[in-house]
Amino acid sequence: MNSTPSSPATSPAPFVSNPRVRRKLRQERIAQAVFATMVVLMLLPLLGILVYLVVRGAPLISWEFLTTNPSKGMTAGGIWSALLGTVWLVVVSLAFSAPIGVLAAVYLNEYAKDNWFTRVVNLAVVNLAGVPSIVHALFGLGAFVLFFGMGRSILAASLTLAVMTMPVVITATREALGAVPMSFREACWNVGATRWQTIRRIVLPNAVSGILTGVILEISRKAGETVPIMFTGAVFFRAIPEGDLFAYRLTDQCMALSMHLYTVTTQVTGAPAALPFAVATVLILAIILINATSIAIRAWLRSHRKW
Amino acid sequence: MNERDNSITTRDLCLWYGKFQALINVTINIRHGLITSLIGPSGCGKTTLLRCFNRINERYGYVTTTGEIKLLNKNIYDPDVSLIELRKSVGMVFQRPNPLPISVYENVVFGLRIHSDRKPARSELDDAVEKALTEVGLWNDLRDRLDTKATNLQLEQQQKLCIARLLPLKPEIILMDEPCSALDVEATRAIEELMLSLKGRYSIVIVTHNMAQARRASDECIFMLLGEIIEHARTADLFLNPKNPKTAEYIEGRYG
Repeated sequence: MNSTPSSPATSPAPFVSNPRVRRKLRQERIAQAVFATMVVLMLLPLLGILVYLVVRGAPLISWEFLTTNPSKGMTAGGIWSALLGTVWLVVVSLAFSAPIGVLAAVYLNEYAKDNWFTRVVNLAVVNLAGVPSIVHALFGLGAFVLFFGMGRSILAASLTLAVMTMPVVITATREALGAVPMSFREACWNVGATRWQTIRRIVLPNAVSGILTGVILEISRKAGETVPIMFTGAVFFRAIPEGDLFAYRLTDQCMALSMHLYTVTTQVTGAPAALPFAVATVLILAIILINATSIAIRAWLRSHRKW
Repeated sequence: MNERDNSITTRDLCLWYGKFQALINVTINIRHGLITSLIGPSGCGKTTLLRCFNRINERYGYVTTTGEIKLLNKNIYDPDVSLIELRKSVGMVFQRPNPLPISVYENVVFGLRIHSDRKPARSELDDAVEKALTEVGLWNDLRDRLDTKATNLQLEQQQKLCIARLLPLKPEIILMDEPCSALDVEATRAIEELMLSLKGRYSIVIVTHNMAQARRASDECIFMLLGEIIEHARTADLFLNPKNPKTAEYIEGRYG
């Protein structure tokens, strides 16, 4: 440094703010404000929808509303057969897509070599996630309902949902497996563990929280879909024994919440104005409940893991 | 020199990662029951050579190998060689300690569990844990904390545990890939002492960047450069009277 002690008055004191610094600080505040505004813009419609639905729909929701079938041309009664139908569709479809998706992801992540075939498969999985649901609906209709002769049924609709949501669980599982450090696998291989022993003893136990998250995300996706089931197994109306959880058979057609929402909004006249809101509220609360469970499970599993 | 004195011999070993040749005509005899260090500048192929000895290289993408590698006089590329059995007898210790995210106890018996057909008896496992941890000098520190998660231990303890993990399998050869580079001076000394105490029962091959370590802790020393073996001699000879001028330059620190 070449400071001149002869003119101390003109040389600035150290660490003092100056116009250049103040301009940077101003930009900093603006940037932060812009980002924060976007968060608000994102949250507003989300909260708006939720509050609006609950406020309009809440008066109709009661235990009785959940446990009785719709009646009087769907202008009265509850949503029992739709609620149970959605549960059936989700559970049956999960029984197909969860094991297939998780196990396929394990193969892709732990066994498959990185070659052109694997890359094509990965690309296919990603693209499958982007296929519009109407396309899945038509595929389900052609393949399961007609070709395999399942007819319009819970089975056919569930399989369609399973195909549609498979990418979700595959992607989530692969991410979960990818997050397990490579050094754990190396440690296993170097004492002579087979891949399967490595997977079962080390990789899966450490990826299970992420896999569960994927499966649960898949549940909420299945519960909300309308078009695929409309083509393959869901009906406008069907009364079933109230209070019987096994009122449906796999070969039955069923009602479903998402479809019911569409019906009471567009196809039914004379229904109370609150009815669609009530149905929508039940659907959304169910999904929020499922997601909350997933977050809770994940938090619990993570708290038991350290590396 | 008697054939049986060699635990690892290679002849004209060449290895390619894709198109890049990482090992060029490597021919060495590593003697049984000694500590042999592999030294050389970064990228010279030390680690690659080490990883040939339990064929773990094959797990890392496109690797082509030619030539011959014999361990205990058995060609490890013979069709009847089982990688599982090979890796059971040839343990490896890594640069960063990599204990498994399970308890100390389970880490030590992991090998026994995966290699036994039936469920091993509890007493058998207990004995193995005590024996292995005593051998690496962890038993007194950890005997009351066997249920601790191994990933919560100090680094030095983790690295000792990684060595202990190999012992119940009664390996013939222990490969160490810069086992001390993540450790401080004290821990390094501890690991070196451990190596010296294990020598004789096991043949140890250690890759190191630390020439002082090679000098302190190894009986023989192999100097590699750009995929080739430049010099292989008793450690004292190699450091005091290097035959090859390149070795001399390296140990004097002119490159590295």
